[in-house]
Amino acid sequence: MSATFDTIANIIAETCDIPRDSIKPESHAINDLGIDSLDFLDIAFAIDKAFGIKLPLEQWTQEVNDGKATTDQYFVLENLSARIDELVAAKGAA
Amino acid sequence: MRLEYFQLIDRIVDLDLAGRKISSEAVVPETSTIFEGHFPGYPLMPGVLLIETMAQTSGWLVVAMNRFKRMPFLAAVRDAKLRTFVTPGQRLAVTAELAHDGSGYAMTDARIACDGKAVCSASLTFSVISFPNAEMRQRMRDTAERIGLPSTEALADG
Repeated sequence: MSATFDTIANIIAETCDIPRDSIKPESHAINDLGIDSLDFLDIAFAIDKAFGIKLPLEQWTQEVNDGKATTDQYFVLENLSARIDELVAAKGAA
Repeated sequence: MRLEYFQLIDRIVDLDLAGRKISSEAVVPETSTIFEGHFPGYPLMPGVLLIETMAQTSGWLVVAMNRFKRMPFLAAVRDAKLRTFVTPGQRLAVTAELAHDGSGYAMTDARIACDGKAVCSASLTFSVISFPNAEMRQRMRDTAERIGLPSTEALADG
Protein backbone atom coordinates (compact mmCIF):
# COMPACT_ATOMS: atom_id res chain seq x y z
CA MET A 1 0.00 0.00 0.00
CA SER A 2 1.20 3.51 -0.71
CA ALA A 3 2.35 5.92 1.94
CA THR A 4 -0.42 8.27 0.84
CA PHE A 5 -3.06 5.63 1.46
CA ASP A 6 -1.57 4.87 4.88
CA THR A 7 -1.72 8.54 5.84
CA ILE A 8 -5.33 8.86 4.68
CA ALA A 9 -6.34 5.67 6.43
CA ASN A 10 -4.75 6.78 9.69
CA ILE A 11 -6.50 10.15 9.43
CA ILE A 12 -9.86 8.49 8.86
CA ALA A 13 -9.31 6.01 11.70
CA GLU A 14 -8.43 8.77 14.15
CA THR A 15 -10.94 11.36 12.97
CA CYS A 16 -13.95 9.09 12.67
CA ASP A 17 -13.05 6.44 15.23
CA ILE A 18 -13.14 3.67 12.62
CA PRO A 19 -10.99 0.56 13.17
CA ARG A 20 -7.84 0.96 11.10
CA ASP A 21 -7.92 -2.60 9.79
CA SER A 22 -11.37 -2.04 8.29
CA ILE A 23 -10.06 0.76 6.09
CA LYS A 24 -8.85 -0.63 2.79
CA PRO A 25 -7.73 0.86 -0.52
CA GLU A 26 -10.96 -0.29 -2.15
CA SER A 27 -13.12 1.18 0.63
CA HIS A 28 -15.54 3.94 -0.39
CA ALA A 29 -15.36 6.64 2.25
CA ILE A 30 -19.10 7.32 2.20
CA ASN A 31 -20.75 4.08 1.06
CA ASP A 32 -18.48 1.61 2.88
CA LEU A 33 -17.12 3.53 5.85
CA GLY A 34 -20.27 5.54 6.56
CA ILE A 35 -18.52 8.90 6.66
CA ASP A 36 -20.96 11.79 6.30
CA SER A 37 -20.32 15.18 4.73
CA LEU A 38 -19.52 16.89 8.02
CA ASP A 39 -17.06 14.19 9.06
CA PHE A 40 -15.47 14.47 5.62
CA LEU A 41 -14.72 18.15 6.28
CA ASP A 42 -12.62 17.09 9.26
CA ILE A 43 -10.88 14.51 7.11
CA ALA A 44 -10.31 17.04 4.32
CA PHE A 45 -8.83 19.48 6.84
CA ALA A 46 -6.42 16.86 8.13
CA ILE A 47 -5.48 15.83 4.58
CA ASP A 48 -4.98 19.47 3.54
CA LYS A 49 -2.67 19.96 6.49
CA ALA A 50 -0.81 16.68 6.14
CA PHE A 51 -0.03 17.10 2.43
CA GLY A 52 0.07 20.89 2.17
CA ILE A 53 -2.68 20.94 -0.42
CA LYS A 54 -6.30 22.06 -0.75
CA LEU A 55 -8.61 19.24 -1.76
CA PRO A 56 -10.94 20.74 -4.41
CA LEU A 57 -14.07 19.37 -2.77
CA GLU A 58 -16.40 21.85 -4.40
CA GLN A 59 -15.07 21.05 -7.86
CA TRP A 60 -15.39 17.32 -7.23
CA THR A 61 -18.92 17.70 -5.90
CA GLN A 62 -19.91 19.78 -8.92
CA GLU A 63 -18.45 17.21 -11.32
CA VAL A 64 -20.43 14.43 -9.64
CA ASN A 65 -23.62 16.51 -9.66
CA ASP A 66 -23.09 17.33 -13.35
CA GLY A 67 -22.62 13.67 -14.19
CA LYS A 68 -19.04 14.23 -15.29
CA ALA A 69 -17.61 12.00 -12.58
CA THR A 70 -18.71 9.31 -10.17
CA THR A 71 -18.22 9.39 -6.42
CA ASP A 72 -15.94 6.36 -6.82
CA GLN A 73 -13.37 8.52 -8.61
CA TYR A 74 -12.90 10.68 -5.54
CA PHE A 75 -14.08 8.74 -2.54
CA VAL A 76 -12.75 5.23 -3.09
CA LEU A 77 -9.60 5.54 -1.03
CA GLU A 78 -7.12 4.25 -3.58
CA ASN A 79 -8.54 6.78 -6.05
CA LEU A 80 -8.48 9.52 -3.42
CA SER A 81 -4.84 8.64 -2.80
CA ALA A 82 -4.09 9.02 -6.49
CA ARG A 83 -5.88 12.40 -6.58
CA ILE A 84 -3.83 13.56 -3.61
CA ASP A 85 -0.60 12.42 -5.23
CA GLU A 86 -1.55 14.42 -8.33
CA LEU A 87 -2.24 17.51 -6.25
CA VAL A 88 1.06 17.16 -4.40
CA ALA A 89 2.92 16.73 -7.69
CA ALA A 90 1.16 19.74 -9.20
CA LYS A 91 2.05 21.83 -6.19
CA GLY A 92 5.67 20.76 -6.46
CA ALA A 93 5.79 21.62 -10.15
CA ALA A 94 4.27 25.08 -9.62
CA MET B 1 -26.00 43.24 21.33
CA ARG B 2 -29.43 43.10 19.76
CA LEU B 3 -30.26 39.83 21.42
CA GLU B 4 -33.85 39.68 20.23
CA TYR B 5 -32.62 39.93 16.63
CA PHE B 6 -29.82 37.45 17.25
CA GLN B 7 -27.32 40.12 16.21
CA LEU B 8 -24.67 39.75 18.86
CA ILE B 9 -21.87 41.92 17.47
CA ASP B 10 -22.02 45.68 18.16
CA ARG B 11 -19.02 46.75 16.09
CA ILE B 12 -16.03 45.45 14.23
CA VAL B 13 -12.90 46.78 15.93
CA ASP B 14 -10.31 45.55 13.46
CA LEU B 15 -10.21 43.50 10.29
CA ASP B 16 -6.84 42.19 9.11
CA LEU B 17 -7.40 40.29 5.87
CA ALA B 18 -3.70 39.64 5.28
CA GLY B 19 -3.32 38.28 8.78
CA ARG B 20 -6.69 36.51 8.50
CA LYS B 21 -7.83 37.96 11.82
CA ILE B 22 -10.74 39.98 13.10
CA SER B 23 -11.73 41.55 16.39
CA SER B 24 -15.12 42.83 17.46
CA GLU B 25 -16.89 44.22 20.46
CA ALA B 26 -20.16 43.13 22.00
CA VAL B 27 -21.91 44.62 25.03
CA VAL B 28 -24.24 42.35 26.93
CA PRO B 29 -27.56 44.18 27.40
CA GLU B 30 -28.64 45.16 30.90
CA THR B 31 -32.06 43.65 30.42
CA SER B 32 -33.52 40.95 28.18
CA THR B 33 -36.29 38.42 28.37
CA ILE B 34 -33.55 35.81 27.97
CA PHE B 35 -32.31 36.64 31.45
CA GLU B 36 -35.75 35.93 32.89
CA GLY B 37 -35.10 32.28 32.16
CA HIS B 38 -31.33 32.23 32.41
CA PHE B 39 -31.55 32.46 35.30
CA PRO B 40 -34.42 33.76 37.42
CA GLY B 41 -32.85 36.03 40.01
CA TYR B 42 -29.33 35.49 38.61
CA PRO B 43 -29.03 36.78 35.04
CA LEU B 44 -26.20 35.27 33.03
CA MET B 45 -25.32 35.40 29.34
CA PRO B 46 -25.97 31.86 28.07
CA GLY B 47 -22.84 29.97 27.07
CA VAL B 48 -24.37 28.92 23.78
CA LEU B 49 -24.86 32.59 22.92
CA LEU B 50 -21.22 33.26 23.72
CA ILE B 51 -20.40 30.54 21.21
CA GLU B 52 -22.74 32.26 18.74
CA THR B 53 -20.93 35.56 19.42
CA MET B 54 -17.65 33.90 18.49
CA ALA B 55 -19.31 32.33 15.45
CA GLN B 56 -20.69 35.67 14.24
CA THR B 57 -17.32 37.36 14.63
CA SER B 58 -15.66 34.50 12.77
CA GLY B 59 -18.40 34.64 10.16
CA TRP B 60 -17.74 38.29 9.38
CA LEU B 61 -14.10 37.42 8.79
CA VAL B 62 -15.09 34.69 6.35
CA VAL B 63 -17.59 36.98 4.60
CA ALA B 64 -14.94 39.67 4.24
CA MET B 65 -12.30 37.24 3.00
CA ASN B 66 -14.77 36.03 0.38
CA ARG B 67 -15.54 39.62 -0.67
CA PHE B 68 -19.23 39.19 0.13
CA LYS B 69 -19.57 36.50 -2.52
CA ARG B 70 -20.02 33.59 -0.13
CA MET B 71 -21.77 33.01 3.17
CA PRO B 72 -20.50 30.91 6.07
CA PHE B 73 -22.89 28.67 8.00
CA LEU B 74 -21.80 27.18 11.31
CA ALA B 75 -21.22 23.44 10.94
CA ALA B 76 -19.24 22.32 13.97
CA VAL B 77 -18.06 23.55 17.36
CA ARG B 78 -15.03 22.00 18.90
CA ASP B 79 -13.25 22.37 22.21
CA ALA B 80 -15.63 25.05 23.48
CA LYS B 81 -14.53 26.20 26.90
CA LEU B 82 -16.72 28.52 28.95
CA ARG B 83 -14.41 29.71 31.66
CA THR B 84 -16.37 32.28 33.60
CA PHE B 85 -19.81 33.79 34.00
CA VAL B 86 -20.81 36.76 31.87
CA THR B 87 -23.31 39.16 33.36
CA PRO B 88 -25.52 41.94 31.95
CA GLY B 89 -23.66 45.10 31.01
CA GLN B 90 -20.27 43.49 30.46
CA ARG B 91 -18.24 44.61 27.46
CA LEU B 92 -16.79 41.67 25.52
CA ALA B 93 -13.74 41.71 23.27
CA VAL B 94 -14.10 39.00 20.64
CA THR B 95 -11.28 37.82 18.39
CA ALA B 96 -11.11 35.20 15.69
CA GLU B 97 -8.48 34.00 13.29
CA LEU B 98 -8.76 31.77 10.27
CA ALA B 99 -7.20 28.41 11.03
CA HIS B 100 -7.85 26.90 7.61
CA ASP B 101 -9.40 28.02 4.34
CA GLY B 102 -10.66 24.86 2.68
CA SER B 103 -12.69 24.25 -0.46
CA GLY B 104 -16.25 25.03 0.61
CA TYR B 105 -15.38 25.17 4.28
CA ALA B 106 -13.45 27.27 6.76
CA MET B 107 -12.16 26.79 10.28
CA THR B 108 -11.53 29.48 12.85
CA ASP B 109 -10.19 29.74 16.37
CA ALA B 110 -12.08 32.30 18.43
CA ARG B 111 -11.87 33.78 21.89
CA ILE B 112 -13.75 36.21 24.09
CA ALA B 113 -12.17 38.31 26.82
CA CYS B 114 -13.65 40.77 29.28
CA ASP B 115 -11.47 43.35 31.02
CA GLY B 116 -8.45 41.44 29.76
CA LYS B 117 -9.53 38.15 31.26
CA ALA B 118 -10.31 35.05 29.23
CA VAL B 119 -14.01 34.28 29.10
CA CYS B 120 -14.35 31.52 26.54
CA SER B 121 -12.85 30.01 23.42
CA ALA B 122 -13.76 27.52 20.71
CA SER B 123 -12.68 26.09 17.37
CA LEU B 124 -15.39 26.53 14.75
CA THR B 125 -16.05 24.95 11.36
CA PHE B 126 -18.19 26.67 8.74
CA SER B 127 -19.69 25.42 5.53
CA VAL B 128 -19.07 28.23 3.02
CA ILE B 129 -21.44 28.49 0.07
CA SER B 130 -22.77 31.10 -2.34
CA PHE B 131 -25.40 33.39 -0.84
CA PRO B 132 -28.77 31.63 -1.18
CA ASN B 133 -30.37 34.80 -2.58
CA ALA B 134 -29.74 38.46 -3.33
CA GLU B 135 -31.89 39.66 -0.46
CA MET B 136 -29.82 37.86 2.13
CA ARG B 137 -26.62 39.21 0.61
CA GLN B 138 -27.95 42.76 0.69
CA ARG B 139 -29.20 42.41 4.27
CA MET B 140 -25.80 41.11 5.32
CA ARG B 141 -24.15 44.09 3.61
CA ASP B 142 -26.50 46.43 5.46
CA THR B 143 -25.59 44.83 8.78
CA ALA B 144 -21.91 44.93 7.90
CA GLU B 145 -22.17 48.65 7.30
CA ARG B 146 -24.04 49.16 10.55
CA ILE B 147 -21.38 47.41 12.63
CA GLY B 148 -18.51 49.02 10.75
CA LEU B 149 -17.01 46.15 8.80
CA PRO B 150 -14.22 48.08 7.04
CA SER B 151 -14.29 48.89 3.35
CA THR B 152 -17.51 47.10 2.65
CA GLU B 153 -17.78 48.95 -0.65
CA ALA B 154 -14.40 47.65 -1.70
CA LEU B 155 -15.27 44.17 -0.52
CA ALA B 156 -18.59 43.95 -2.33
CA ASP B 157 -18.87 43.51 -6.05
CA GLY B 158 -21.75 45.34 -7.72
